[in-house]
Amino acid sequence: MMSTAIDVLSGILIIAGSFFVLVGVIGLLRLPDIYTRLHGASVTDTAGALFLILGMMLQSGWTLVTLKLLIILAIFLFTLPVAAHALARAALHERVEPELAPDGAADGTDGDGEKV
Amino acid sequence: MGLFINIVLLTMLAVVTVAIIRQRSLLGVVILGAIYSFLMASVMMVLHAVDVAMTEASVGAGISTVLLLAVLHLVKTREYVPKKHNVGPLILSVAVGAGLIWGAMDLPAFGDAAAPIHQHVAPRYITQSMTETGVPNLVTAVLADYRSFDTLGETAVVFIAGIGVMLLLRRKQQSPSGPEAAQDILRGDVILQVATKLIFPFILLFALYVQLHGDYGPGGGFQAGVIAAAGVILVAIVFGQRVAKRIAPQGVVERMVPLGVLIFAGTGLVSLFAGRNFLDYVVFAADPVYARQVGILMVEAGVLVTVSGTMIALFYAFVDRGR
Repeated sequence: MMSTAIDVLSGILIIAGSFFVLVGVIGLLRLPDIYTRLHGASVTDTAGALFLILGMMLQSGWTLVTLKLLIILAIFLFTLPVAAHALARAALHERVEPELAPDGAADGTDGDGEKV
Repeated sequence: MGLFINIVLLTMLAVVTVAIIRQRSLLGVVILGAIYSFLMASVMMVLHAVDVAMTEASVGAGISTVLLLAVLHLVKTREYVPKKHNVGPLILSVAVGAGLIWGAMDLPAFGDAAAPIHQHVAPRYITQSMTETGVPNLVTAVLADYRSFDTLGETAVVFIAGIGVMLLLRRKQQSPSGPEAAQDILRGDVILQVATKLIFPFILLFALYVQLHGDYGPGGGFQAGVIAAAGVILVAIVFGQRVAKRIAPQGVVERMVPLGVLIFAGTGLVSLFAGRNFLDYVVFAADPVYARQVGILMVEAGVLVTVSGTMIALFYAFVDRGR
């Protein structure tokens, strides 16, 4: 009974993780410029990795593998956003222009046409 | 399940190969090459060759990518496209490829247990290495003990390649305190600096773990060397060359390149002078099994010193040249 519950829970977590990886990949392919694409890719990095590793930790039980997975998760959650930040900063330094909505076409939050 | 993973990985390898051929931006080629190495490391994992997977991930996808990016800093990043197509090289490569495939037809089937390579010395390694060396990781026992002469050759290759690149790139006039280069574009970024400060000790600790745990699990001098070098290179990228050279001074890393080979070959010479064969570790302790573990520790330390020194020295050489 207990093991079935754990299997079901870890299955749900792994499916959730796969869903976020899929969302991240769709975002990477569909979004227009590097900054928004980074935003899409970080869904894979954080939410995807988080749920996948949590699911795997439930499968491995109270073993050394679980501890290693926990360390991997900590490293992921720590380094991948930093890597995304470095990438965005490098793009900004290379003067890659973000694709902005044309003046006046924005939905009101940036209605004065000011470049963000 | 294994078959499915293999199909996916090999298909992606083929896709990446085609993408590399079609890609004209060399920056893209380098990144695709890193992806190829990671896929290859995954294939090695599926084949249960964990040591090779670790080497491929750390060397192929990690440090090679960084060094190639440092090269791209010196050269143009667009591939030169010749005006007219030359048929000669195409015919030559097709002929060589066909010859290789024809030659490979006579090889034993993949995974064939009766193949000569699995019948020659492998059974001895598999059955005897634990009692003879006391090292649970068979790969380390073969690499650093049974075949340590080959590994000495590999270390010497790293040494020679490093020396060659440094000789090619070195300028007569060194400016030790020159202006910080424009390529240090990530310098001054607080987020990256804090993250690097936090992660750098753990990278070195992990390198030490990989080095010393190589007897029991995947790892060893080659992997540990590149991981340690990657830590220093990370500092060089985020904080600039000058800070990195305070952690790993250029003179020290350049001396580490031959020092490791000397440690390795010196280990062999000690046994030679003690009246045994070159790299026969029996002389290091009264207990022959313990003596072999001491010998493995020594030569792995030699590999670590040469590999990490070479990688850092190469990075310094490329970036200094770009000034």
